[in-house]
Formats: sequence, structure tokens, C-alpha cells
Amino acid sequence: MKKRVSALLLSAVIFLSMPMIVQAEESAPDTGVTINVYNWGEYIANGTDGSLDINAEFTRRTGIKVNYTTFDSNESLYSKLAGGGADYDVIVPSDYMVGKLKQEGFLAELNFDNIPNAGYIDENFLHPDYDAENLYSIPYTWGVVGLFYNTDYIDEVTSWSSLWDDRYQGKILMFDNPRDSFAIAQVMLSYSMNSTDENELGEAAALLKQQKPLVQAYVMDQIFDKMAGGEAWIAPYYSGDAAILVESNDNIQFVIPEEGTNYFVDALCIPKTSTKKEYAEAYINFLCDPEISAENVSYIGYATPESAAKEYMDEEIVENPIFYPDQETLEKTEVFTNLPESTSLLMDRLWAEVKMGGPGESVVLVLIILAFLATYIAIIIYKRKKRKKGFL
Amino acid sequence: MKMKSKIYTFFIFLFLYAPIIVLIVYSFNDTVTGSRSVWGGFTLRWYRKLFEDRLIMEALRNSLIIAFSASFFATILGTIAAIGINSMKSLGRKIMMNVTNFPMVNPEIVTGVSMMLLFVFAVSLLNGRTLGMGTLIMAHITFCLPYVILSVLPKLRQMDPNLYEAAQDLGCSPFKSFWKVVLPQIMSGIITGATMAFTLSIDDFVISYFTSGTTQTLPIYIYSMTRKRISPEINALSTLLFAVVLILLLFANFRQKKAPSEKAAKGGEV
Repeated sequence: MKKRVSALLLSAVIFLSMPMIVQAEESAPDTGVTINVYNWGEYIANGTDGSLDINAEFTRRTGIKVNYTTFDSNESLYSKLAGGGADYDVIVPSDYMVGKLKQEGFLAELNFDNIPNAGYIDENFLHPDYDAENLYSIPYTWGVVGLFYNTDYIDEVTSWSSLWDDRYQGKILMFDNPRDSFAIAQVMLSYSMNSTDENELGEAAALLKQQKPLVQAYVMDQIFDKMAGGEAWIAPYYSGDAAILVESNDNIQFVIPEEGTNYFVDALCIPKTSTKKEYAEAYINFLCDPEISAENVSYIGYATPESAAKEYMDEEIVENPIFYPDQETLEKTEVFTNLPESTSLLMDRLWAEVKMGGPGESVVLVLIILAFLATYIAIIIYKRKKRKKGFL
Repeated sequence: MKMKSKIYTFFIFLFLYAPIIVLIVYSFNDTVTGSRSVWGGFTLRWYRKLFEDRLIMEALRNSLIIAFSASFFATILGTIAAIGINSMKSLGRKIMMNVTNFPMVNPEIVTGVSMMLLFVFAVSLLNGRTLGMGTLIMAHITFCLPYVILSVLPKLRQMDPNLYEAAQDLGCSPFKSFWKVVLPQIMSGIITGATMAFTLSIDDFVISYFTSGTTQTLPIYIYSMTRKRISPEINALSTLLFAVVLILLLFANFRQKKAPSEKAAKGGEV
């Protein structure tokens, strides 16, 4: 027995110490400081596939340790921050979430004296709509939403209307989140993606409802499998993930529709609650280093906001319009801003209707639950009576 | 008839294990896109990448630390609680059992949110501290506890209460008689409970999600990959975890089976 336990403990110790492989290069002395970084999943070069391990490199150069954690959506990030109990030093919200966090007073003003590398950021990424004074955020990566299509079945796609084409019935995929899906419908109707007009949203919802019978599924990352396997023919997704799909499948193309599209930025911010602001700024400064940025975006697949970084990257990528669309295309794009509470609630409700087919279903659900309850109570009463009879 | 029941069992097992088999098969899939449905040949690349990936390994390390310490403390507390409950009178025992069983039937999300609220409140009293490994371990101990109690109690009930008294009659101190007489008899229950606590703790997502603060466990890390794509490294890791859990469970079952025969053997010696 003892032997077994000690063997178990020993294996545990070996297992636990395994990831502690330290690179023995000349490195800065340990400062004893650990900063908490909260970023999207799979959104930093991590040392696999010959990439640079950005966090390890930062620690080696500065002696500041990084506790790197990840989230899956802007909304998760928001609830984590609002819930309290977690003190992040660097976070990476997207455009509209930067606006929301700024508005609700979650963000600290950045001290640009500590971030000299911010000077490398291209002019057109400064003073974005979501942070007009450019005080709270520094762009990390950016991209656009476009359409993937399979050239074996579809000749050419130039417009979002292909997603409504009934020749492709059952082979169309759509985003599984309200904001991105409504944006497509709103662009088709030439409305703003940031519209707060109830009628415009209603029309967009009607358009999405009309599309529903043609849609195979509402998905997010599954589009990679479905497109690569030929299960679906056409799907919208983010440009940063396009490369891998287009490169590894000769018959898949990516296009930015002519009507325009959503352009998104993920930005580096520091929450107000951070107690290690200077160290966090050092980290942001490090990420803005053009060489590091080049290493990073080459791994992630999204675009860098720094022209200086492009010098360190493959020409093939820099000149590829999938990653870096030309100015003409970019002019027709729109960035999400934070919607007022009432509009997002309306959008959520309309989206639920699109996906489930109207509010009628909830009535059915309630009826079913009531029926179950009634049967359950009936059974209990019946059993009780029977038992009592038995005693008599 | 026999044939029919065999076919039925086959389908039940197929239903239970097909997803895991698919997961294991695709951990060896050679693709660029990290596909989960298109087969591109055999490779061990994902296993190699897995061990190079510092973030996954760190998340795994956190998960293992939490699972080991949570199951360790839950086992000790649960065993003590079970002994206490066992010697209670009927009414008290009923009440205690219901109280301890409640966390099992309570929806995880309710447990998770309420714990987060409690921890955030407690943390705000202790200035400058945040949620993290400590709160995660506490939360995991809480939801593991009833499972340990439930697996130790039956062993206590099977035990002859006179043995404990007999040991004391023969000169054992109360503690020594517990150590020498009671503990060996309920050991298989304790180990089953510990194994169960460990497996429950290592794959918990909901409660961990709310109580983790800035610490990341493996399930949370995997979930955060869903915007991009879940890398087949996760298939490789899941395969390894599945193997470990399977071995642990086999080990626990083996012990349970062996226990009665051991007793019989010992009886034979006397």
C-alpha cells in the first residue's frame, strides 16, 4: 500500500515539474513581479511550430513573470472584470468592448512615456471610434470579416447575397452570435452595423429569418472542418483564420464582399484595478516592438497595425489582400461600437427568434414542464394513497 | 433472447464510447488545419507539440495541483464526517445526509456563482488578495466532499461496531484502535472516494470558471480556444487524460473487488 502511494506521489512530482524546463540563456535578474495577462485563446505565439515563445522572451528580457490566461469571448472577459475577484494587469478586448469598458470606468489611462514603441502604430489606427482620445487602448491585431467559398461548387462570390442564394440551400453556414450575423444583414440592407433604430434591426432580423431555411448550421470554429470537408460550401468568418484554410485547401477561396464589411481591432488595455501598471505598460511596450509584433502575427494569422513590423515578415503574407486588404476595400468597412443596453437586448431577443423560430416555442416549453410536474405530483399522491391503504 | 441483449449492450457501449474513440483516433490525425473530421494520415506531431506548449502544460499543472490537493483534503474531511454521521442517531443522520447530499443535486452553476459571490465578498475584507488557486481548491473540496462521504459510509455500516470496542478492551487507545481496526476496514471506501474526488475535480468546468480568478485550469483553457479552433493537441491531451483516469478507475474497481476476498483470506489465516 505504502509503495503504491509513494509511486503515485513520485509520478505526480515528475508530472508537475515537467513544464518547468528553463532556457538557460543570459537573462535579466528576477524582479519577483508577476503580471496577469488575459487574452483570447490561441492568440499569442507560444513557442510551438518554431515560433517565438513571446511570454518566455518577455520574462527573459525583463525578469517580469507572466501569468497568462485566456478567454473565449468579449462577454466572458466583461463578466470576469465586472464580477470582481480577479486583478488583471493587461487585457485584450475587441473594439466595441473597449468602448463599453471605457464608458463604465473599468480602464486605466495609459502612460505613453512607458510605451515608446506605441510610436510604431500606423496613423490610421490611432484615434479609433471606440477610443477617440486614444488614451486607453493600443491596437494589438486587426482583421475583417469575409466570405469563404468552395470553388468546386460556386464559381465566384462578390456579394453577401450569395449567403441568401437558394442554389446553395443546406450548404450555407452562419455566425453563431448575434452581433456578427446582424452586421451581415445590416450591410446587405445598407444600414449601419451600429444602428440603434428598432425598425432597421427588425428588417435585419426579417432578412435573417428568411435565410434560415437555407442555413445548414450556425457555428463558430466548426467552419474549418465543415469547409475543408466539403460539407458546407460558403461561410463568413474572420480573415485572420483564412490563411490556414485557403493555403491547405486549393478549392477554398476568401473574398471580402463588395458591399463592405466589419473591420475589427483587438486592443491592449490596462484595467483600473491593476496594481502593477508600470510592469503592464512594459509588457504592452514589448508587444508593440515591431520585431516581436512580426513574430506574433506570423503565428496568430491576424494583421499587425505596424508597418514597421511588416519588414520582418514574409512578403507573401504582407502582399496578400486576405491579410492586408487595400485602402479601397478598407474604406467601405465599419468598426463595431458599443451598443446601448436596450439595443443589445433587442438584438439578443431578435436573434433568439431567428434561431428558434419565434417566441411561440417558449410557451410549448413551459407547457411541457408543467405537464411533467403534474405527472410527477400525481404519481407521488397515488403512491402515498397506496401506501396508506397498505398499512390499513 | 441472449443475442438480442448482447446487441443491445453493444449499442449502449458504442453510444458511450464512440465519441472517445473518435477523439483518440483524431489525436493521431495529420492535418494542417487541425481538422476534426478529415483524415490526413498518421502522425504523433500533436503529442510532441503538446509537450512543447507551455500554456497547456501550465494549465495541466494547475489542474493537477488542484485535483491532488482537493481530493486529499476532501478525503480526510469526508472520512471524518462519515464516521461522525455513522455514529449519529437516526434523525440527525437523516438531516446530515440531506445537508451533505444537497451540493450534489444543486445545479453546478448555482454552486459556482454563489461561491464566487462569497469569495469575492471574503476577499474584499482581506485587502489586496484575489481569487486564485486557494479559492479553487476550497471550491473543489466542497463539491468533492459528498462523494467521499457517500463512498465511505457503506463501509462503516458493514463494519462490526464491536470490533472497535474489543480493540479498546484489549488495551488500545481510542486513536490507536481507530488506526488499527477501523481504518483498514474502510480503506477501500476511502480510496474509491479519493479517486472519485480526483476525477471530478480534474474535469470540473463550471464551478472552476467562476472561482478561478487569474488561475487557469485545463478545462477553462480548452474552452477559451473555441473562437479560433480547438487544436488537436487537446485531443492528444484528452487521450492521455482518458488513459490516466481509466487506469485510476480500474485500480479503484480492482480494489473494491479484492477487498472481500482479502478479508476471507485473513480469516482463513486465523
